[in-house]
Amino acid sequence: MHEYSIVSSLLERVGAEARAHNAIAVHRLTVRIGAAAGVDPDLLSKAYQMFREGTLCAGAELCVQRVEEQWACPECGRTIARGEILRCGQCAMPARLVSGDEIILEQIEMEVP
Amino acid sequence: MCQDCGCGDPEIVPVEVHERLLSANDRVAHHNRAHFVEHGVLALNLMGSPGSGKTATLEAMARAPGANRKLAAVSGDLATDHDAQRLRAAGIPAATITTGSACHLDAEMVHKALHDFELDGLDLFVIENVGNLVCPAIYDLGQALNVVALSVTEGEDKPLKYPVIFRNADAVLLTKIDLLPHLGVSIRNFDDAIARVMPQPRVFPVSARTGEGLDRWLQWLDEKRIRADL
Repeated sequence: MHEYSIVSSLLERVGAEARAHNAIAVHRLTVRIGAAAGVDPDLLSKAYQMFREGTLCAGAELCVQRVEEQWACPECGRTIARGEILRCGQCAMPARLVSGDEIILEQIEMEVP
Repeated sequence: MCQDCGCGDPEIVPVEVHERLLSANDRVAHHNRAHFVEHGVLALNLMGSPGSGKTATLEAMARAPGANRKLAAVSGDLATDHDAQRLRAAGIPAATITTGSACHLDAEMVHKALHDFELDGLDLFVIENVGNLVCPAIYDLGQALNVVALSVTEGEDKPLKYPVIFRNADAVLLTKIDLLPHLGVSIRNFDDAIARVMPQPRVFPVSARTGEGLDRWLQWLDEKRIRADL
């Protein structure tokens, strides 16, 4: 379950940012996870609950914004539904993933003196 | 300090980051990639289920007729050194990355393993990932190419069930095709499933046992090496 290693990267990144701002606590983390990113938001939240103990994030809420998986033709812009052949029926161009592969730390709300 | 009234209470501030969560891994991967390029080596991240034929395909590549490519490999395994032992027996310099309970390789593990290899004079360096169709998919290791080994015995719907690893792949090795006569599956159905998760599908049906299809796969790798100007 790679969600544990993602949470460990998240806590390291947040810890570094908090130290840089001399934060005394972290209140909320906002992450954006795409539906096709290969990260399960529920498993990520569970792993976070377990790993945040004893860190600056011990009392911080993890807010997961989910992003839909969307494919389109790079030429004509036609939407290609998930599960279809990933090639535009009109232009024969390979489809492009427009959104859905995000694994992004967006914002940290921290308490500063 | 509170900016509104100057009361001296701590203040809650939003800090915008907007950075990939795996950016620390990405930085090490970038370093690995530069290292491979500097030594003129084409690096492959070979992924696939346990038992999909990753090691067997490498062994077959070593004994393929006219094989004059200099190949080395590192194998990720939760336990045992079996894969690296098999590769060394096939004449491929190889080492193991023992991951313990980790279900995938990351760029740092590969970086450490690279210290044990002399990359000069090599043509190909294969990073044989931990057998798993889920976790390895999202970690950049510094490879030039992502390759997924999918054996015909795993079933035609596996690309649809594990789309992320196939979407991020440059090629799929459809392995164990010598078993096709014994199974109710067809290469056409594998191709169809792959085309629904991989925008530019490139499938190489191969048999490590008979050597069938290896020539096309090896030719493609040679073309990739030439195009990468390595």
